[in-house]
Order: sequence, then C-alpha cells, then structure tokens
Amino acid sequence: MRYAMAIDTKKCVGCSDCVVACQIENKVPVGFCRDWIVETTTGTYPNLETEYRSERCHHCANAPCVRCCPTGASHIEEGGVVLVTPDLCIGCGACIASCPYDARYPHPDGYVDKCTFCIHKVRKGEQPACVEVCPTNCLYFGDLDDPNSDVSKKIKERKYKRLKTEAGTDPQLYFLI
Amino acid sequence: MKTNRRNFIKISGAGIGTAAIGSSVFSWANGDLLNSAIPTPTFTSKTPTYCEVCFWKCAGWVTKDENGEIWKLEGHKDDPHCNGRLCPRGTAGVGMYHDEDRLKTPLIRVEQNGKQVFKKASWSEAFKVIGDKMKTIAKEYGPDSMALFTHGSGGKFLGHTLKAYGSYNITAPSFAQCRGPREVAFISTFGEGVYSPERTDIRDTRCLVLIGSHIGENMHNGQVQEMSEAIDKGATIITVDPRFSTAASKSKFWLPIKPSTDIALLLAWIHVIINEEWYDKEYVEKNTFGFDQLKDHVQTFTPEWAYGITTIEPKVIRETAKEMANASPAVIVHPGRHVTWYGDDTQRLRAVAILNALLGSWGRRGGFYNPDKVSIPDFPHPPYPNPKHTWKDAADGKFDLATEVVSNALVDATIPNENRDWNIKGWIVNGTNLIHTLPDQERTFKAIEALDLLVVIDTMPMEITGYADVVLPECTYLERYDSIRNSPHREPVISLRMPAVKPKYDSKPDWWIAQQLGFELGLDEYFQYKDIEEVLDWQLKKVGSSLAEMQKIGVKKLKREYDDLYFLEGQENLFNTNTGKIELYATDLANAGFPPMPVYTEHAQPQPGFYRLNYGRAPAHTFSRTSNNPNLVDIMPENELWVNPKVAKQWALKNGQYVWLKNQDEKVSTFSIKVRITERIRWDSVYMAHGFGHTQKKLSRAFGKGASDTELISNVMYDPAMGGTGMRGNFVTILTEKPETVEAS
Amino acid sequence: MEEEIIISGRMNHKVDPLLHIWGWEIAFYLFVGGLAAGILFFASFYYLRGKDKELPAAIKWAPMITPVILILGLGALFLDLHHKLYFWRLYTTIRLQSPMSWGAWTLMVETPLSIVWSATYVREVFPNWDWKFKWLYALEAFFIKYRRVLAWIMVFYSVILGIYTGILLSAFNARPLWNTSILGPLFLASGLSAGAAVIMGFSKNELERKLFSQLDLVIIGVEIFFIIHLFMGLLASTEVQIEAAQLFLGGQYTLPFWIFVVFIGMVVPALLELLELRGQKIPVIIPVILILVGNIMLRFIIVYAGQASRYLY
Ligand SMILES: Nc1nc2c(c(=O)[nH]1)N[C@H]1C(S)=C(S)[C@@H](COP(=O)(O)OP(=O)(O)OC[C@H]3O[C@@H](n4cnc5c(=O)[nH]c(N)nc54)[C@H](O)[C@@H]3O)O[C@H]1N2
Ligand SMILES: Nc1nc2c(c(=O)[nH]1)N[C@H]1C(S)=C(S)[C@@H](COP(=O)(O)OP(=O)(O)OC[C@H]3O[C@@H](n4cnc5c(=O)[nH]c(N)nc54)[C@H](O)[C@@H]3O)O[C@H]1N2
Ligand code: SF4
Ligand code: SF4
Ligand code: SF4
Ligand code: SF4
Ligand code: SF4
Ligand SMILES: [Mo]
Repeated sequence: MRYAMAIDTKKCVGCSDCVVACQIENKVPVGFCRDWIVETTTGTYPNLETEYRSERCHHCANAPCVRCCPTGASHIEEGGVVLVTPDLCIGCGACIASCPYDARYPHPDGYVDKCTFCIHKVRKGEQPACVEVCPTNCLYFGDLDDPNSDVSKKIKERKYKRLKTEAGTDPQLYFLI
Repeated sequence: MKTNRRNFIKISGAGIGTAAIGSSVFSWANGDLLNSAIPTPTFTSKTPTYCEVCFWKCAGWVTKDENGEIWKLEGHKDDPHCNGRLCPRGTAGVGMYHDEDRLKTPLIRVEQNGKQVFKKASWSEAFKVIGDKMKTIAKEYGPDSMALFTHGSGGKFLGHTLKAYGSYNITAPSFAQCRGPREVAFISTFGEGVYSPERTDIRDTRCLVLIGSHIGENMHNGQVQEMSEAIDKGATIITVDPRFSTAASKSKFWLPIKPSTDIALLLAWIHVIINEEWYDKEYVEKNTFGFDQLKDHVQTFTPEWAYGITTIEPKVIRETAKEMANASPAVIVHPGRHVTWYGDDTQRLRAVAILNALLGSWGRRGGFYNPDKVSIPDFPHPPYPNPKHTWKDAADGKFDLATEVVSNALVDATIPNENRDWNIKGWIVNGTNLIHTLPDQERTFKAIEALDLLVVIDTMPMEITGYADVVLPECTYLERYDSIRNSPHREPVISLRMPAVKPKYDSKPDWWIAQQLGFELGLDEYFQYKDIEEVLDWQLKKVGSSLAEMQKIGVKKLKREYDDLYFLEGQENLFNTNTGKIELYATDLANAGFPPMPVYTEHAQPQPGFYRLNYGRAPAHTFSRTSNNPNLVDIMPENELWVNPKVAKQWALKNGQYVWLKNQDEKVSTFSIKVRITERIRWDSVYMAHGFGHTQKKLSRAFGKGASDTELISNVMYDPAMGGTGMRGNFVTILTEKPETVEAS
Repeated sequence: MEEEIIISGRMNHKVDPLLHIWGWEIAFYLFVGGLAAGILFFASFYYLRGKDKELPAAIKWAPMITPVILILGLGALFLDLHHKLYFWRLYTTIRLQSPMSWGAWTLMVETPLSIVWSATYVREVFPNWDWKFKWLYALEAFFIKYRRVLAWIMVFYSVILGIYTGILLSAFNARPLWNTSILGPLFLASGLSAGAAVIMGFSKNELERKLFSQLDLVIIGVEIFFIIHLFMGLLASTEVQIEAAQLFLGGQYTLPFWIFVVFIGMVVPALLELLELRGQKIPVIIPVILILVGNIMLRFIIVYAGQASRYLY
C-alpha cells in the first residue's frame, strides 16, 4: 500500500477551504496549519499564467524528517504515511529543519505536528478532510498500488510534477498540470 | 430617549468582560483538547442546518464532539447548492458561533452625564422602548414611516411584523447594490429573472463566458463546483475582466478589457453573431421579438469600433464570438451577480440577455435551465393593512423599473426634504451593515441622523450597531430555527435549519424577536402560534413533509410540477413579457423612456496620478460578516492593495508596504492597506477585496485591518432604470505617508 | 515578473515567514560543543604523547572548564526543546541516522569523561582541594591509574563531538547552505582553533604558547581554505545553493560574516599571532578573545543563515 495525493492545479481556485477544513477536523489551533496554498504568477500583463497549489506534507518515501528524529517520534506508518507520536517527541526541531517543504511546525503543546493524511478518517474508509471538502473537487487521495484508485488513475491520465525532487525526498504529492 | 444627533457609540460594558482574555484563550482552546495529533471522534450528534455565511445557503450538518461543543460543519450530500462540500466560509461557520466579540445582550442608548452610552437591557425593556417609539411613529407620521433593511434569513419574520404594523418599506442590499440590474434586464428580456441560485446550467455547458464575474473568488459554492466540473469536461471558458482573476487563469480566452467598456464589447459580439449569421436562427425566429430592429441597431458596432473603446483586438472578438456560436445552445454568457458598476448596468445586462437569446441558451441544456420550486404557504394570519406610502412616493418617478424595493431610495426618503410631506422616521436594520454596504457614506449618515428610531439586529458589534438606539443580539444560525429554505433549482428542494446548540449569552433568534415585537405592538392576531416549530411543521406538512422528517434528513428534493428543466423540441413558449416573446427590443424599457436596445456610454477614466478603484470578493470572506471570524482571519487577516509593477515603480512602492488612499473627492482611507505588487492588475486600476477596514473597535480581530472600499466610493452612478448604485466610477491616488485623519471611533 | 506567495495566511510559529526553529541555544550549544571538543582533544592527544609536564595548560588547566561549558551547552539544548518534559526520550533509543541522537549520546559520554578527567587533576591545579570523603580519594586513585585508557576514549569522543557539531547541520539537505560536506570539517577546525586559543589563554609557559600559536595559525589557514571551498562549492551548484551563497555575497549576512567571522575572528588573530611569533609583544588575551568571538559568530551566522536558505518560495 502506498498512499498518495494528486492535486489538480487546473481546477484549484486557491480558496483555502482545504486549509480551514483541516484545521477544524484535526483541531489544529488557530494560527497554525498543516496545509497551505501557494499561488504562482508568471509573465507580464496581459500575458499571464497563474497556478494554485494546495500543499501539505509530501509523505516522502525517503523522509529526512524521519531519519533525523532522535527519538523515533517521527516514523512511517503502513501505507507510507509519515506521522509523529506526540509522546515520543521532545520538540528538538530537527525534523522541522530537515523538511525541505516546511511542512511541520511545533504545536503549542510542545510536540511537532504535521499532516497525517487524516489517517483516522482513512482507516474508517473515509477520505481526508481536505479532499472531502474541496469545492472544486481537485484533490484525489488513494493507494498508488491500487491501479483503480482515484489517484492512480489521475497520475496515469495526466501530466504531473512533483516538488523539489532534487532534495531527494521522493515526495508523494503529485501536482497535475 | 431624545437623541437626534446620533453619535457612534462604542459598545462597552456589554456582556461579560471577555475582551482581555478572549482571543488568546480561544486560540489555544482547540489545542488543549487533546495531546494527540489524531482526533478521536466520538461525536454525539448531527443536526441539519443551512449556511448563513453568505446568501447561497448551502445545506449541511453540524457535528458536535463528545463535550457537546460544535466540532465541525459539513455539506449535505443531497443538496444541489453544495453537493456535500461547503466553501471555506461555510466550513469556518463555527467561528461565527465561537466569536467572543459577539453581541451578548440587548443594549439601549441612554444619556449619562451628558454622554451617550449603551446600557445593558433585558429583552422586555428593549421591546418596550422599540414598541413605544414605533407606536408614536405610527400615530404621528403613519406606520409606513418605518422601514426595514434586512439581508439574510430572518428577514421573512421581521418583514411579517412590519407588514402587519403597516409598512411595505422592506428592502435588502441584494437588489440595488447587487443583482438588481440583472433581474430587471432579464425580466425585461425573458419575462423572468435569473434568481438565486442562478439558473445557469454550468455543469453541462460547453462554453462559459464570464464578464467580470469572478467565480472562484466569488465562492458561490454551486457555481464554483459546476465550473470545475465544466473544466473537467473540457468546456471553454472566456473571461472578460480587466484584472487577471482566478477564473481568467482557468480560461482559454482572457479578454483584458479596459474597465467600464463592456457594453461596447457586447455590442460587437452581437454584431458579429448577427452579421455572420451565427445565431440560433430557428430559436430566434420562433421565440424573439425585435430581431430586425436589433440588427439595424448594431450595424455600426463593428469589432473594429469596439477595439478603439475596449482595447480588445477585433480578431479576438470574432474568435470568441465563434467559440460561443460553436457551443450554442450549450453556452452561458453569465450575467454575473454584483452588477451595479457604472450606472448603465441594466443596459449592459440587457446586452448579455440578448446575446444569450441569440445563442439560444435560455431554457436549453448547458445554458439557462428552467428552475422550479414548491410554494410554501404562509402560516395563516389576517390580511395586512394597506400602507399609504411606499418608497416610490419619495422617488419622484425615478427607478420605475425596479422590481424590488430600492434600499438607497429608502435612504433618500429618510433624509428630510421640503418638497415631500412624507419622510421615513424609523429603521429596523437586520443583518446588514449599512455603513459598509451602501456607497456614499455621507448620505447614509445624513439619513441616520434624521431618524427617530434606529433598531439594529445583528450578531456582531458592527459599524451600524454603533448608531443604533436599540441593539438586539441575534443568535447565530447554528443556534436557531429559521424559515424553510425553499430554493428554485433543477428540481424543487427544501432544507431545514435547526439549532445545534442553545443560543449563547442572551441572544435570540429573529423569529422570536419578530413575534415578541408583534406582541409589543399589539399585533397578537398575526402571531397565533406557540413557537416556530409549530409554524414549520404546519408549513412542511403542506408540502408533503414534516418537521420531524426534516430534522432527520435535513434536505428534501421534491417533484417538479410546473414545467420541464429545458424547453422541449417543438414546444410553444410563452414568455412573461409584453409581447409574450423574448424581447430583443424591450418594450417596457421603451415605455419607460429608456433605450429599448443597449447603447454604449463613455465613462470617465482616471486622471493622471489616479487609479480606478476596483474591488471584489476574496474567497475566504463574506464582506463584513466574516472579517472577525477567528478561523477566517487566520486565512486572510486583511485585504491588500493590488498594484501593477509599473505603478509600484513609479511610486517607489515595496511589497508589503502600507499606504493610504485618497479618492477624487478628497476622501481619505481611515486605515492603511498593504501593497501587493502583482502583474494581475492593470496599470490604470488598483484592486482590493471588499469587507475590510473596520472602524468598530469591538471587533477585536477586524478593527483597523486593511482598508474599506466603501469609504472611497463617494461617487455613485445611479442606474436611472432601477436605482442600482454604480460603484466603480471612483478613482484613488496613493499616499505613502500617514495622512491627518479623524480618529476612528 | 514571477510572483510566488502563500495565500492561505500560513504563519506557523518558528517556521514562517522564514524558518527560525533554532535560535541562540543551538548556536551556543554548537559553540561550546566545538570548544570543549577542541580542548579535550588537545588534552588527551598530548597526554598520550606523554607531554603532561610540558603542556600543563592543555592537559590540566583548560579541561577544568569543559564540564562547566558542556553542562551549559546541554542546558541550552534543553532550553531549546519544545516538549521539555519528554527530554528523557532521547535516551530510550539510539538512532544511528539521526545526528541529534548520536550527538546526545556523545555528550552523554563526553560530559562525564570531562568531569572525571578534570577531577583527576583537581588537586594538582588547586593544591588545597579536599575531597572530604575517603571513597572519593579511592575513586581518584582509580582514575589516575587508568588515565591512559581515559585519554584513549576521550581522544576518540572529542573528535566525534567536534565533527558532530558540524554534521548536525550538514545532515539537513533541506537547507542548501548547511547541506555541504565542508561544514563538518569547518566546524571541527573552528572548534580546534577555539580550543587552542583557550589553551593559549591559560598557558603560562612560552613553549606551550608558541606551540598552540603555531597550531592555531595552521588551523586558521585550513579554515579559510574551507570557507573558500564552501563558497566555490555552493556557487558551482544549483540555483538554491547559489541563492544560499548569495546570503554572504551581497545578501543579508555579508557584513557580519566577512567582518566578524573572517576578518576579526581569523585574519586579525592570525596576523597578531604571526607578529607574536616574530617576537612582537602582544597581550595573548587579544587574539584569544578575537578567535572566540569569531567562533561564536560563525556558529550563530551559520545557524541563522542556514534557516533562511531554503528550497521553496
Ligand atoms: N467569497 C465570497 N464569495 C462571494 C461573496 C463574498 O462576499 N465572498 N459575495 C457573493 C455576492 S453577494 C455576490 S453579489 C457575488 C459577486 O460576485 P461577481 O458577480 O462574480 O463579482 P463582481 O463584484 O461583479 O465582479 C468582480 C470582478 O469584476 C471585475 N471588474 C471590475 N471592473 C470591471 C469592468 O469594468 N469590466 C469587467 N468586465 N470586469 C470588471 C473585477 O476585476 C473582479 O474580478 O459574489 C458572491 N460570492
Ligand atoms: N463597497 C462595496 N459595497 C458593497 C459591495 C461591494 O462589493 N463593495 N457589495 C454589495 C453586495 S453584492 C451585497 S450583496 C451587499 C451585502 O451587504 P450586507 O448583507 O450588508 O453584507 P455584510 O457586510 O456581510 O453585512 C452583514 C451583516 O449581517 C450581520 N450578520 C451576520 N450573520 C447574521 C445573523 O445570523 N443574523 C443577523 N441578524 N445578522 C447577521 C453581520 O454581522 C453584518 O453586520 O453589499 C453591497 N455593497
Ligand atoms: S479547497 Fe480545493 S480549490 Fe480550494 S484551495 Fe484547497 S485544493 Fe484548491
Ligand atoms: S514533506 Fe517534510 S515532513 Fe513530510 S515526509 Fe517529507 S520531509 Fe517529512
Ligand atoms: S521534534 Fe520531535 S519528531 Fe521532530 S525530530 Fe525532534 S523528537 Fe523527532
Ligand atoms: S490530509 Fe488531513 S491532515 Fe493532511 S492536510 Fe488534508 S485534512 Fe489536513
Ligand atoms: S457558499 Fe459558502 S458561505 Fe455561502 S452558503 Fe455555501 S457554504 Fe455558506
Ligand atoms: Mo451581492
């Protein structure tokens, strides 16, 4: 099993609903977020292009945050989901410094927090909160090992890019372009 | 309470003193719940509601957690407004409930040591004050001297009270500040309006033309969803917008039009489509009236002519016209929603309607469907008394084509006028922050000063509450019942809002406020029910459901009764116009002395050093409504001033720098606004999201954040046909130093 | 023009707008770690070479301060933790891939070692010292007997500690400025230079001073070589590395780096030492302080600038 997410930049409107839904579903304290939206504009008026990307932890197959964690708090779960166990985390910040995507943050309660791929929902057969809420239906989540999953199909049908692969992380967010 | 000069009062001492600890406690409250990154949801219940964060009214479910606190809001899967997905504002609706700045108790304006202050009051005290004053107004000036400004769900109940009392002066800003010109233009063309939710069949369209309508930033949920579906299906999007909107970035064609020149483009499109014979001949012949006049009318409006005005190249005009024609009839030239731009808006929307008629999209799949809704009868009550005056008596025959009450005309009718024997003397303002909502603030203030009574019903201490004689705290939509949402859609669909939790503080729902006020006014016979549940159950049973059923299912789809979703092949169509046809030549406009076919008028362009003030929606906010919402402030705390790099260079502006704005009438923004240098805006305009720059200090998160566009909209271009307030004819210059301004109260 | 912005208001504590998860605590921790490693390296190295008579400052006096500074360093590390009560979790596992983990373990070994080492010399340095308890005297005797073993362990662990202070950062390939193999040797060298400087400061005999002066000159030469290589490496790499180098070549950190680290912390002391070796009288304290200042600044600047160098946005 290899969970992954595909993000259709052609449909995303940058509304941040995925961010709000994540904050509420996961009780992320106000002022913090596990996902975020990047807007990139290139060109000169009136020859312009704008891309919206909903980003979060890439659940890297080669995760530096897991490698550098001194306690094993950061670990990889079944399905390749990278998680933090709060009770093991000392809050040293090594994983935060090690993440090329700045996907982690110190939770006010001390431990380090990040996107969990909503594993609590996924285990119940539901979709992650951000995927469920997105008004443009532009997030696809699922198992890459299953050729019939939404995400496998999208990756097969469409061109995609991954971010900062040169950091060697083997990221598992696929941005459809 | 003799307070003719109505000073703005800061609401102080209202409710429990939460200001000091409030926001910080809330910020961490969520995190305290569990020292675990993974929530363990053992929720207790789900209750149905429909969202009140904007006027799209998506149905959804409220989920509470194990502590009985509201945890989350999710869309209702059966609801065609949202298809199970709320927009960011709806998802964050729980912030409205949690907001510790909320109004907590009724407040009455009193004079203390020569100073006007708000005194906390009980509901009965408050009703007594209002009731006495309204009785006096009825006796001295007639009951039609009361007006109700309302936006949102509670208006039905208060409207009932007002009509029972004897006034029909009931208005919403959603007409003359919003979609009025579009409704008037479409009614005059097709005999029917576009209504809300829009009857646009976007999900099945092959070509969507957006003229200034910035769907994607305008987060009206169903439309955003259907636009995305259309993108998936490969539909062409054509966006006409001087700004590179989000929708423009998804478009095959973006036409970066010179602001205020859209009618010229529309006329050129009509010209091309007629002259190239790209229109739907059979449809036009069968259904329309005035084609020959129209054809003559547009002969001079060539793409070359339009090029000189709009800066859109003739080739592009032809190409896009062809694109529409190829998709016809599955094409939508979208009428937009907030369309009060330049005062000739009815004309512009007429051109849009005509274009749709020529393309045969009205009543066709992928164009405009025929919506249907059930009729829910009113709970039985005696007939309303007939008022002697309505807003039209003060309008001197202006705005005759308005199909709803014109809010600004009621404001005018409040400002004393020697030539008029009838003035409005009292306002009830419910769920509309008129100070930010109506352009030309000076005029609003003048009217407020002339009032004998101003009652404001709101959930939040907004600017308008500061001017009230009596403030009544409504509970949020998550804490109350409201009228059945009965929306026209592809099939009739009804939806229930019920309280998920008890009202916080001493706040109450509008239905209760309306009923109690009715009792206070001695109108008991109009309110012969125990509570709202009785009314809702009675109404629901009339349409084949019941309160008990709706509490369980939340949303119910009903059978279409009236006609079909699309016109049938060979069907005779009768339109509700004077001629019974789609009027390309509008007889009602002609009768009222307006051009029966759209004409282009030139509008002022900015003077050197000035930029057109462009404004719009930010996806994560609804006007004033959300600007203090803790969850949404987190996403977008303030609005930014979009400035083209060329302009930035000229003024030596840096990204993130704060500047002030001054308009053509020397109005200066109270607060500064952060500069965002971006290619997405033209060099002759600046852009900002509406809804920021609050002067009300009680809004602990929103106060002083960003600038208010309304402050700078002092030039209003009235639509002579229907009274719409054109707001886009204002120009601003940039001040890099803090100007001397009046201190915000 | 290219515009890339986060539009959802992300402002995560210590992460936005630029990463600043590590502050003075880590910089200080790295500084004292390097300094202690330098001192303890020279102490054990020269002890094993049988120089305890000639080089008393290196072997006996300077190590006295290492327990204190190592404990201060550990204190700083502790202060930096966000989940302090879970501190002990560090010592419930060994994670070989995590420099943090083996740094913590190295310190766990090195700190007691430094205490024991100093304790064996305490009565030589402070003749009036009294251990009060018999068993402490016995313990002292035991350790003095096995000083050679201690020295062997210490020489090994101080090299590890010294390298660790550099590796900790260079292991982060997310931060282009840190992610260079030069950083480990550079930090090791600068730790040795600081250690040599402190020993010089303690030293009362001409011979010892001269030895460490010469050593220091060589080390500074090596450091400058590493720094040149650092920039050559970064500039010859991808865009993000070039951007990282720019922080020091015209960017925000240019002045502090070239003035404090390179000029005041290396060039000036090296010149002073050269003059001294040529027979000029220069108060030893001046180059010592300059070297330590340069050392601290290097740690601070690399820690802060590294966080400002990033792959994204
Ligand atoms: N997130 C969010 N969504 C909302 C709302 C909200 O508050 N927040 N409000 C809802 C309401 S009540 C309404 S009425 C709708 C309004 O939504 P729309 O009808 O879509 O918006 P407008 O305000 O008419 O249009 C704004 C766009 O018009 C462009 N524009 C400005 N001047 C011109 C011009 O001269 N010509 C052309 N062609 N374009 C121009 C601007 O650049 C901007 O992109 O949004 C609804 N949706
Ligand atoms: N300058 C400028 N003016 C505009 C526009 C613009 O873009 N720019 N847009 C125009 C358009 S399209 C529209 S539709 C109007 C919208 O105008 P309004 O409907 O007046 O919009 P808001 O500013 O959101 O005001 C809503 C008020 O309702 C209160 N409220 C929220 N929830 C509740 C509730 O449950 N009960 C009660 N009683 N009150 C509640 C809020 O606290 C707030 O005071 O503004 C128009 N005016
Ligand atoms: S909710 Fe969907 S459309 Fe909105 S920003 Fe997130 S991914 Fe994009
Ligand atoms: S994105 Fe960052 S936090 Fe997520 S797995 Fe990769 S390195 Fe770790
Ligand atoms: S902060 Fe926590 S999860 Fe991150 S590396 Fe340190 S112990 Fe591991
Ligand atoms: S998958 Fe879940 S935790 Fe991750 S960003 Fe989406 S909602 Fe947040
Ligand atoms: S569009 Fe958004 S804010 Fe409006 S009703 Fe729907 S969910 Fe609520
Ligand atoms: Mo509106």
